[in-house]
Amino acid sequence: MHYITSADVTRLELKANEIRQSIIEMLYEAKSGHTAGPLDMADIFTLLYFEVLRHDATNPNWEDRDRVILSNGHICPVLYATLAYAGYFPVEELMTLRKFGSRLQGHPHRESLPGLETTSGPLGSGLSQAVGMALAERIDNPYSTKYFYCLTGDGELNEGQIWEALMLAGKEKLNNLIMIVDRNGIQIDGDTQDVMPLEPLAEKFESFNFDVQEVDGHNIRAMNDAIGKAQAVYSQPSVIIAHTIASKGVDVFERDFRWHGNPPGKGPEDRVPRSEQEKIALQKLRTLAGTISTDDL
Amino acid sequence: MFASHLDKKAQTATPDLIPSRNGYGEGLLEAGKRDKRVVALSADLTESTRTLPFAEAFPERFVQVGIAEQNMAGVASGMAAMGKIPFMASYAMFSPGRNWEQIRTTIAYNNSNVKIIGAHAGISVGPDGATHQAIEDLAIMRVIPNMVVIAPCDVHEARKAELLATKYDGPVYIRVGRSETPVVSTPESPFAIGQAEIFYTKNPDLPQSVGIISTGVLAYNALMAAVELEKNNIGAGVLHIATIKPLDGEALGVFASAHDVLVTVEEHQITGGLGGAVAEYLSEHQPKRIIRLGIKDMFGQSGEPNELLAHYGLDVASIVDAAKQAVSAHSD
Repeated sequence: MHYITSADVTRLELKANEIRQSIIEMLYEAKSGHTAGPLDMADIFTLLYFEVLRHDATNPNWEDRDRVILSNGHICPVLYATLAYAGYFPVEELMTLRKFGSRLQGHPHRESLPGLETTSGPLGSGLSQAVGMALAERIDNPYSTKYFYCLTGDGELNEGQIWEALMLAGKEKLNNLIMIVDRNGIQIDGDTQDVMPLEPLAEKFESFNFDVQEVDGHNIRAMNDAIGKAQAVYSQPSVIIAHTIASKGVDVFERDFRWHGNPPGKGPEDRVPRSEQEKIALQKLRTLAGTISTDDL
Repeated sequence: MFASHLDKKAQTATPDLIPSRNGYGEGLLEAGKRDKRVVALSADLTESTRTLPFAEAFPERFVQVGIAEQNMAGVASGMAAMGKIPFMASYAMFSPGRNWEQIRTTIAYNNSNVKIIGAHAGISVGPDGATHQAIEDLAIMRVIPNMVVIAPCDVHEARKAELLATKYDGPVYIRVGRSETPVVSTPESPFAIGQAEIFYTKNPDLPQSVGIISTGVLAYNALMAAVELEKNNIGAGVLHIATIKPLDGEALGVFASAHDVLVTVEEHQITGGLGGAVAEYLSEHQPKRIIRLGIKDMFGQSGEPNELLAHYGLDVASIVDAAKQAVSAHSD
């Protein structure tokens, strides 16, 4: 297991908040896009790209890299921001999100941008692709230590294709597959427990022959330990149910499903004049370093 | 006059009869021997799609996904991302029928090097009935960017299509049939992706002419109809378009110019498939009267393949009648 120090944790937390800050600015500029998932997955993406993954931003197609397959493509602002900070492309380019001619498409298009492993958006498709990649790797190199990290939403688990892919991963005992579920409890139409209850979720995964861990998705050390354990599982695929707070980092957005698919400035704060909403969103961004001032933009 | 490269028995009333899906099985096994990047996926239809010989020869390169076509498309895409050349086979009704969006986004938009085999296509599936008769697959695949769409005429073309698809970098859809259908070509007949072939040249001495354009396993019926029409003093040519996309516009244009009217023949809805592609191309480049034979906005039903082809106007007699009417209307 990869050990991280307290200094590492602090470094990663600060980096995650830098990424959150960019996510808010990107969405504010794009005037459309998803807010909750990108904010609540910032810690996990930071941990992956700045600590866990074997990758090289200067050589995105390096054959021996670990693979990150983003299944819930709509949270791509966090992937884009993390890739930019990790050196895959200039951070300034983040502000082109969703704009005409941009490499940062509204949902990820593999051929558009370095560092993307697949094209995604329609939910439920990424896990199948991760299973295919993990299978292909095992054909070529059964003793490979390359890992395939598939990131999914929780609402996404409504899709039947997910369960088809889970069955195959369990059947094939893909120990190089690590699925991370963003268990933020919301989806577009409401809380997941209202739209389509998922619980008992851990038991469902167990019954599909996965090794299951439930972790606080904002606790960097706990997530790092969970990934280390998942890597060590010998004859099963792994899933980490990462419990997160939807829209983590912005007080007024947190836990509210209405921020799933709205950008800052276009959310459910309809009592506030629209010109003021954008300011509110930015002023309320909570970071370890303090609150961001709109004057900084 | 029959093209010289065609099977001699295909010029008679008693051709050899072999399912075109067998060609996929032969080609897959051959491709697997030549290139170890080739992998095959099956959704619980390994024998009937003719994937079995490959699965037995290369068990480590065969993936049984169970009855899960949507997952199969994603897994194939993932394997391609790691450098494999995946062939995924099921019945056309389920793949691309059920998993169209996965094919569109995960394979085509993702520009993934996956080959999709739709077996048991067309109404010639027969007794299974309309639920299993894919007569919309060419249309739904043809509209996807990056996708190549091929409907081979027989076992030999299916084998060649498989082998060429292995060498082609990008997504390809190949449609094959279940039933025993006439062997029209030979292993030596010319075949290339994107290239239409003249199978029958009209008698230039006859005053009127019809150009029959076929795709898939109805090429033999088109040939027999041409012979019959010439007996009736109507010149007839047959252009076989195996690759519906990209369409061989040049060959189509030359063929269209050489005949008074055109008749398209396919085991598919008359919209969106061969008839649709030909009409779209010619209306833009050289407008021409086209009679489209195929399924006319309805579902199929159970029956023996030949009964169904006759019922839906795709047997030799129906093609001859339609061609005669078209020629007659043209001369009025």
